[in-house]
Amino acid sequence: MKNFRGEAISWELVEGVIELALHRPPANEIGSVTLKELERFVEALSLLERDAAALIIYSQLPSGFSAGADLRELYEKTQSMRSADRVRGVREFLERIHAVFNAIDGSSLTTIAAVHGVTFGGGFELALTCDLIIADKMARFCFPELRLGLIPGFGGIPRLKRDLGNAVVRDLLLTGRSINASKAQSVGLVSQMAAEGEALRVARSTAAQVRKFDRRTSAAAKRFIKPIPQEELRLEIKIFCDLFTQPAVEEGLRKFVENTTVQPYLP
Amino acid sequence: MKNMANRDQTLNEVLALASTHFKVPRETLAADDDFFQKLGIDSLQALELLTRLENHFHVELPDYELQGVTDFRTLAERIQARL
Repeated sequence: MKNFRGEAISWELVEGVIELALHRPPANEIGSVTLKELERFVEALSLLERDAAALIIYSQLPSGFSAGADLRELYEKTQSMRSADRVRGVREFLERIHAVFNAIDGSSLTTIAAVHGVTFGGGFELALTCDLIIADKMARFCFPELRLGLIPGFGGIPRLKRDLGNAVVRDLLLTGRSINASKAQSVGLVSQMAAEGEALRVARSTAAQVRKFDRRTSAAAKRFIKPIPQEELRLEIKIFCDLFTQPAVEEGLRKFVENTTVQPYLP
Repeated sequence: MKNMANRDQTLNEVLALASTHFKVPRETLAADDDFFQKLGIDSLQALELLTRLENHFHVELPDYELQGVTDFRTLAERIQARL
């Protein structure tokens, strides 16, 4: 399927470049609808790869790339479940999202996340599956999961560790603070900065450059320099599920979901 | 004296930037205003304001330092402490 228009995501193949757009209001929260459509994308990916050299993932929403996992859905779905069923449900969701993210991470295409605004939690983790992150100067990155008594669960820490120094990873994870695009570029997370509203244009220009190279060579180079940290990804799911049974998590999720103030995304 | 002048300068720049980007007349903004209310912004827009301020002043301002901060004056003081 070369083109798809879904509720949460869409994709199209344009001149050898797949553009995957996120557009689920209010801020591209990743829940069951997005996951289902991402699974459709991954199914289509092997066929798309025949005609494409690059993949660009971007958001069509002004709020940003993605605010992360859909915590409201997670809270509401797990409220009616017994503890063992909750963990089973969460594990199943994580297994599915890991399968999708691993497929994007390991794609033979050169992959680019063009990000702006909030790139938080699961959204940050989606960006980290890509080979390059091109950031609008208004982009902001954060792993806020510790605020909820959790660790990132969509593969974020193993991928961040793969790409950056451990001190930066600890800073982001253990403080839960957000950093802007300049800081992200200075630590090596962002490969290129774009002016406000220009990340997609810069990503398209980069994709056009990537298309000039022999696909097999690019894919071989990528396999060589970007191994998927499988063992750590498995361990992450285990730690996440262990933590998920803690009372602090339910309390953290409840506080987030029931927060009626204007500040739920601030620490 | 110099510190006070710098503080005033920082505060004025914060107010000017907020006015420009959230399209609220500068003369309606005061140092002790609650910026959430006065600018009519939510937490995502507050993060946008934070990013604009960091970019403008070339500082890094961890968002946990903004916990409980709602007025322009305190916001400017937090920035001043990083300059």
